[in-house]
Amino acid sequence: MTEAGENAGVGETRRVRVVLVDDHRMFRTGVQAEIGETERTGVEVVGEAADVDQAVTVITATRPEVVLLDVHLPGGGGVEVLRRCAPLMAAAENPVRFLALSVSDAAEDVIGVIRGGARGYVTKTITGTDLVDSVFRVQDGDAVFSPRLAGFVLDAFASTDAPPVDEDLDRLTQREREVLRLIARGYAYKEIAKQLFISVKTVESHVSAVLRKLQLSNRHELTRWATARRLV
Amino acid sequence: MPVAAAPRTPHAPDADEVPQRKLYRSADGRMLGGVARGLAGHLGLPVGWVRLAFLLLFMWGDGLGVLLYAAFWVFVPLGVGGRTGHRSFFESLPDGTRRLRKPDRGQITALIALFIGAGIFISKVQLGGASGRYVWPTLLVGAGVVLVWRQADNARRAHWSTAAGRHGRLFQVARALAGVALVGVGLTVFIVVRGSAAQLGNVLTATLAVLVGVALLAGPWLIRMTQDLSEERLMRIRAQERAEVAAHVHDSVLHTLTLIQRNAEDVSEVRRLARAQERELRNWLYKPEGTGKDEAEEPATLAEAVKKTAAEVEDHHGVPIEVVVVGDCPLDERLAAQIQAAREAMVNAAKYGGEGGPVQVYAEVEGQTVFVSVRDRGPGFDIDAVPGDRMGVRESIIGRMQRNGGTARLRSAPDGGTEVELEMERAANTA
Repeated sequence: MTEAGENAGVGETRRVRVVLVDDHRMFRTGVQAEIGETERTGVEVVGEAADVDQAVTVITATRPEVVLLDVHLPGGGGVEVLRRCAPLMAAAENPVRFLALSVSDAAEDVIGVIRGGARGYVTKTITGTDLVDSVFRVQDGDAVFSPRLAGFVLDAFASTDAPPVDEDLDRLTQREREVLRLIARGYAYKEIAKQLFISVKTVESHVSAVLRKLQLSNRHELTRWATARRLV
Repeated sequence: MPVAAAPRTPHAPDADEVPQRKLYRSADGRMLGGVARGLAGHLGLPVGWVRLAFLLLFMWGDGLGVLLYAAFWVFVPLGVGGRTGHRSFFESLPDGTRRLRKPDRGQITALIALFIGAGIFISKVQLGGASGRYVWPTLLVGAGVVLVWRQADNARRAHWSTAAGRHGRLFQVARALAGVALVGVGLTVFIVVRGSAAQLGNVLTATLAVLVGVALLAGPWLIRMTQDLSEERLMRIRAQERAEVAAHVHDSVLHTLTLIQRNAEDVSEVRRLARAQERELRNWLYKPEGTGKDEAEEPATLAEAVKKTAAEVEDHHGVPIEVVVVGDCPLDERLAAQIQAAREAMVNAAKYGGEGGPVQVYAEVEGQTVFVSVRDRGPGFDIDAVPGDRMGVRESIIGRMQRNGGTARLRSAPDGGTEVELEMERAANTA
């Protein structure tokens, strides 16, 4: 995984309330332990859930800042959780943000949760430190891309089976493509910034733009997005 | 016997289907219905003797041999045995009681038909010359029935044999049609020679009307039944697939866990085993069916080749390699050279840069250009400081790429790791 952006703030006493959704208890325990082991102990696990129904209940009840969401879940999978938590994600105040945490290698699984509204995707091989960084970054509203996700996204946008709805919104710009490519090659945001002579903030905004395009890459979603922003 | 033996397909005998003390017709090494073979196996006699006995009964027993044979055929279920390996199984029970399967309605009907046919045959044959004209239609009908019944046997056997090719299916259909045609012709000839030739037209029309009526009435039901059947078959195939994966997972995971226990002190070996197991499982779980099973097979596309190469290097050097591939294209000679260069780069990265974390391999196909990058986060090195006699990077990577019309760039920072970028144009004819 990529390194932490400075925005996480090493010395600050930030707290992030996190809900863990995964049907493997051992994995939840492992993540708890990993998060506890890192220096920044600002991550507080306020709830756990093992299936879709539980997840929705727990998330609604605790209103965490970040949900670590497994892609494969009994009861409909991570996508179903995202669907049922859509109002929480769209809330103006303290929106709940989702970070997909998956062991799956299948592009459709991963792209599925991202389209569903997850703010990023990391694999379960991630180290505790990187995971905490990702959680903080997601809390800040940034997108978290693993190299693998970047590869999937490049693939998804490369296939031209569906004509783009709107050139500006549905296509990746040259810059975004470059950024994604570097992420796929294992570069950290900082390194990408250095390589492309742009600031880390710019890299982040490119990545967020890619994520947005991905989440909107079907007509229905796009219309909703545009309506919500009074673009139509 | 008039019908030649059908081509034999290998079958997988299901042990559960062969309960003891039961007479089975042999599906293996049979000439007609497998009756003689099965009986021979059951009684522990050479199959030739049994066949001869049937033949003698046929010749001098007023066709009794045929009747006996037909009866056996209908009542005794098809099974395995009577041949090497299974033969002893039957021999060990020389006079075990024969427990016959409960015959179904179709079997009884056919049996009756056989009896009638055989009866007519016997009675008419003895009437001499004039009755000869009845013999041939009867034989025709008999041959058709035999064909169709053998067909049913084959269908049963197909349950055991997973290797049922399209060719085989075509052959089956052809045989069924031939059987039906034979029976039809036989019956028609019957009608004709019985002097009712004048009424043939009427009979045919009536038959046709009945057939069409039956088809109209039973059609929807038949269609639904076939649909149900194919659905059921699909479910069974899925279940089988699941069972296969489960069996595979079970075996290989147990195997790996055992190895890990034995090598618990050797961290790198444990890691290697775990990685290999993980990769294999992923192949099974997330790849389209049919891939990832044959490791020995040479990859045909770039993505496969990159993944395979990375897996080999990973196994060999015990350093995790993360592979991201975007796009895919068939492998050609130049790309094969590029893969070779990439392998060198991966080996270098694993050897010298493996401490800094996983090696990252990225391959992208964009139009005619194929780009591969291999990156590690090791200590890095100064390319200009490498002595001239060290040919690894210069020859195996840069030289190889240039000879094949590609380019290789190497970037290394003292503590930012090393990255090798390989770029190659695909051969024009593979576009």
